[in-house]
Amino acid sequence: MRGSIAVESIAKNLIGGTERMAAAPKRPFRWHIVVFLAPAVLVYTAIMILPLAGTLQLSLFRNIDQSQVFVGLENFRRLFGDPNWSVNFWNALRNNVWFFIIHMVVQNPIGVLLAALLSSPRLRFSAFYRTAIFVPTILSFVIVGFAWKLILSPLWGVAPNLMDLVGLKSLFTPWLGKEQYALTTLSLISVWQFVGIPMMLIYAALLSIPEEVIEAAECDGITGMSQFWKIKLPLILPSIGIISILTFVGNFNAFDLIYTAQGALAGPNYSTDILGTFLYRAFFGFQLQVGDPNMGAAIATMMFLIILGGVCVYLFLVQTRLRRYQF
Amino acid sequence: MSTATHSLPRTIGAHAVLLTYTVIALFPVIIVIVNSFKSRAAIFGAPLAPPTPKTFDLIGYTTVIGQGDFIHYFQNSLVVTVASLFFVLLFGAMAAFALSEYRFRGNSLMGLYLALGIMIPIRLGTVAILQLMVASGLVNTLTALILVYTAQGLPLAVFILSEFMKQVSDDLKNAGRIDGLSEYTIFFRLVLPLVRPSMATVAVFTMIPIWNDLWFPLILAPSEETKTVTLGAQLFLGQFVTNWNAILAALSLAIMPVLILYVIFSRQLIRGITSGAVK
Amino acid sequence: MTTKLLTALLLGTSILGSAGMAYAQDVTLNIESWRGDDLAIWKDKLIPAFEAKNPGIKVVFAPSAPTEYDAALGAKLAAGSAGDLITCRPFDKSLELFKKGNLADISTLPGMENFSDVAKAAWQTDDGKSSFCVPMASVIHGFIYNKDAFDKLGIKVPETRDEFFAALDKIKADGTYIPMAMGTKDLWEAATMGYQNIGPNYWKGEEGRAALIKGEQKLTDPQWVAPYAELAKWKDYLGDGFEAQTYPDSQNLFTLGRAAIYPAGSWEIGLFNTQAQFKMGAFPPPVEKAGDTCYISDHTDIGMGLNAASKNADAAKTFLTWVASPDFATIYANALPGFFSLNNTPVKMEDPLAQEFVSWRDKCKSTIRSTYQILSRGTPNLENETWVESANVINGTVTPEAAAKKLQDGLDSWYRAGK
Repeated sequence: MRGSIAVESIAKNLIGGTERMAAAPKRPFRWHIVVFLAPAVLVYTAIMILPLAGTLQLSLFRNIDQSQVFVGLENFRRLFGDPNWSVNFWNALRNNVWFFIIHMVVQNPIGVLLAALLSSPRLRFSAFYRTAIFVPTILSFVIVGFAWKLILSPLWGVAPNLMDLVGLKSLFTPWLGKEQYALTTLSLISVWQFVGIPMMLIYAALLSIPEEVIEAAECDGITGMSQFWKIKLPLILPSIGIISILTFVGNFNAFDLIYTAQGALAGPNYSTDILGTFLYRAFFGFQLQVGDPNMGAAIATMMFLIILGGVCVYLFLVQTRLRRYQF
Repeated sequence: MSTATHSLPRTIGAHAVLLTYTVIALFPVIIVIVNSFKSRAAIFGAPLAPPTPKTFDLIGYTTVIGQGDFIHYFQNSLVVTVASLFFVLLFGAMAAFALSEYRFRGNSLMGLYLALGIMIPIRLGTVAILQLMVASGLVNTLTALILVYTAQGLPLAVFILSEFMKQVSDDLKNAGRIDGLSEYTIFFRLVLPLVRPSMATVAVFTMIPIWNDLWFPLILAPSEETKTVTLGAQLFLGQFVTNWNAILAALSLAIMPVLILYVIFSRQLIRGITSGAVK
Repeated sequence: MTTKLLTALLLGTSILGSAGMAYAQDVTLNIESWRGDDLAIWKDKLIPAFEAKNPGIKVVFAPSAPTEYDAALGAKLAAGSAGDLITCRPFDKSLELFKKGNLADISTLPGMENFSDVAKAAWQTDDGKSSFCVPMASVIHGFIYNKDAFDKLGIKVPETRDEFFAALDKIKADGTYIPMAMGTKDLWEAATMGYQNIGPNYWKGEEGRAALIKGEQKLTDPQWVAPYAELAKWKDYLGDGFEAQTYPDSQNLFTLGRAAIYPAGSWEIGLFNTQAQFKMGAFPPPVEKAGDTCYISDHTDIGMGLNAASKNADAAKTFLTWVASPDFATIYANALPGFFSLNNTPVKMEDPLAQEFVSWRDKCKSTIRSTYQILSRGTPNLENETWVESANVINGTVTPEAAAKKLQDGLDSWYRAGK
C-alpha cells in the first residue's frame, strides 16, 4: 500500500516538471529568449524554410514556354484526376503505409524487447550487445542496400546456402525480384538497419526510471513481467510515443534504401515505389524522363500534408492522452 | 536483494535472444568484410568460408586504394559531421530551452514552425540551396555542407530536446534564479548537464544521416578536395560494379572507420545516457 | 575547449575552401559525365593527349554515378555551378537542356563536318538546324557467347531464331552451363538487351521506328508484340532466381564461365576481355529465315556539349573541336572497345570482338532504339515504361499483348502523331 503511494508521488514529481511552465508576470522585454532562439531560427529559416517554401509554391505554377505561369490547383487536379499520375500516387501511398505498418509491428516491439532485456540489472556482456545491435544503424544506405543485395543475390548464394544449413533451402526465392515479396523484404531490411534507434531511446528511458519506483514496486510484490507491464511500460509510454512519430515521419520521408536497392523505378513493376521514390522521379526525372518540378512540388506538398496530419494527431490526440494516463 | 531472484533460465533466455539478434545485426557486415580479403574465385565459390592462406587476396584493396584518397575523404566526412553536430546540439538546445522554459506570445507557433522541417525532405530545396551557395561562393567548400546539415538537423533536435527539457525540475531552476544566476548561466550550468543523456541521443540521430548523406556532397561539394567518404564509396561502387573484390573492399573501407570510431565512441555515448539515470 | 575546437574547424574549412582557387592562371575545364568507368582512360590517355597540344588549358574529368547524373546535373545547371563541358545523353534529354538554354549551339564548331547527318541527328533540334553536342560514340547490340562452351557442346553460331532456340535447348539439356545470362532486377537489361536487341528484326529497323513516330504503326501491331512473345520464351533459359539477378550479377555469371550466352551491348567488350578466362565470340540477333535482311540496334549513345553558362567558352570549344577530331576518335575507340566512333574517318580497331560487332554494319541495316527519339517526351515516359513492361513480360507476370497495350495506351494519352 505504502509502496504504491510512493510510486504515485514519484511519478507525479517526474511528470510535474513537464506540465508546469515558468510563470510569466509582466516583465521588461526578455532579450535572453531572443538570444536563445535566434541562431537556430536564422540558420533554419535561411537554409531550410526559404528554399523549401520556394519549391512548394512551384506546385501552383506550370512551366509554359519556359516561363512559370500561375495555374492555381491545376497540378493537384492532375495528380488526382489523371490516371497517369493518380495510379502511381495511390500505389506509392499504399506501399508507404505498408512500409510504416511493418516498422510499427516489427521494429518497435523488437526495440522495446531488446531494451528491456538490456536494462535488466546484472546482465553480463550488455555493453557488447548494445554496441553490436546498434552497428547497422550507423551504416550508410549505400552500404546497407548493396550488402543486402549481395546477400540475397541468387548468384552469390549466401542466402540459399544459409537456408540450406537449416534445411529450408526450398523456401528460398529471389525476394527482391518478386512483386509480392520485394516491399516486405525491403521493409525488413530497413527494420534491421534502424532497430537500434528505438532500442537506444527506450533503453535510456528505462534507465532513467528512478530506483525508488522500482523498489517501491518490489515492496508491493510487483516483479518480473508484471513489473514491466504495470510500472515500466506506462513510464516509458512517452518515449514510445516519440518513437512512433519519428518512425512515421522517417517512413513517409524514406527514399534512400529503396533507391539504392531497387533503383529509381522501384521495381519490379513499381511494387516497391513509395512516396519518396515517386517524388524523386517526378521532381528530378529519371533516364529519359525529364524532371517536372511543378508536379514534383505538388507531390511534395501532399507528402507534407500527410506528415503534418500525422504529427498533429500525435501532438493533439496521443501526447495529451499519454500524460493524462500517467496520473 | 530482490534482483537476485532473477532465475537462471530467464537469464539464459535473455542471453539467447540478445545473442541471436546480435548475430543477425552483425552477419551482413562480417560477410562483407571477410569476403573482401578473398580472391574472386573464392568469393563466389565459398562465400561463407573465412579466407585461408590459399584464398587470401588483397587485390580488391589495391584496386580501390590506387584510385582515390580515402583517408582524405574520411577527414572531410569527419570535419563536416563533427562541426554540424556541434552547431545542431548548441543551437538546438538553446532553442529547445527557450521553447520549454519561457511562456511568451507565439511560443507554440514557434515550436510548430521549427518542427515543420521534419516533415519535408530538405532535398527538395536543393536548387534554391545550391543557388544560395553559388551566390555566396561556398560551392565546393565543407562550410556549405556544414550549413545545410545544421539546418537539416535542427528541427529534430529541437523537437526531441524540448520534450526532455520539460522534465528538468523547476525547483532547481528557481533555486538558481533566487541565487541570482542569469538565465544563460542557468541554461549552461544547470540545465545542459542534466539533459546530457538526451543530447547524446540527439547526437546519434543527427550524426547518422549526416555521415551517410550522399546527395548534398554530390551537389554542393563534389570536387576531389571536398569529397566525403560516402560519395567516394558510391563512385567506387559505380566504377567497379562488376569487380566484386573492389566492391567488397570499398564497402569495407567505408564501414571500418565508422565502426572503429563507433566502438570507441559508444562507451562515451552509453555513459552519457546512463549518467542521467543515476542523478 | 569547444571554442578551440570550433576555431580549428573554421580555420580548417576556410583553408580547404580556398584550396580550389590555388591554380587560377591556367584555364581549367570541368567535364560532367556519368562514365565513371572511363575515369582512368580520361586521366591517363585522353586528357594528357589534349593538354600536350594545348598548353594553358587544364581539363578535369569529374564523373558522377550514372543513376544520379541527370538529377545532379539538372540541379547544377539550374544553379549555375555545372562544369564547362557536359556529356550528353542522346535525343530528347539533351534537347530539353538545349531548349532551356543550358547547352550552347555548336552547329558551326570546327570539326562538326567530320560527322554524318545520322550521327548528328541524336543531338539536333527536330528541324536539324542547330546541333548542340559533338557525337562521340555509338553502341551495337547483339549476343556474346562463350566459344569454349559452344565448341564443347558442338553448337554452331545460330543465324535463325529456330537455330537460336535449338542451341539454348541443347545447352539447357546438357546442364553444364546456364543457357543465357540475364536478369530482370534492374529492369533496363530486359528492355535494352532484350526488347531493343531483338526487336529491330521484327519491326524492320528504321522503317518501323519511323512509322511508329508518324503514327502509322502501333505498339500493339504484331511486329511490335512479337519481340515480347520471344522474350517471354527466354524465361526458361535464364538462371535460377533471375528475378533478383542484377546487371552486375549477369556480367559475373557470364565472365565466370557459368553461362553460355549473354545478350549484350558492345560496351561490355572492354570489361569482358579483362575478366573472362575463355574465348568469346559474338553474333547479331538471329533472323526468322536464313537469308532475311538483318537489322541491328546501332545506337548513338554519347556526345559532348558546351555549357552555355561556361566562363571558359573559348577553351571549351577548342576542346570540343579536338573531341570531333580523328585523333580523339582513335584513342577513344581503342581504349574503350565497343564504343564505336561516329567520326567519318574510319578508325582502326585492334580488338577482334569489337571488329566482329562493327562488321555487322556492312551486312545488316542499322537503327537506333525505338523509344529514344520524340516518343519519350511525355508522361508516362515510354522508355521507362518499356523497362518495366519488358521485365514483367520476362517474369511472366504480364502477357506480351497486355504489355504492348499498356505501352500504347500510355503513349496515346499524350502523343499525337505528326503534331
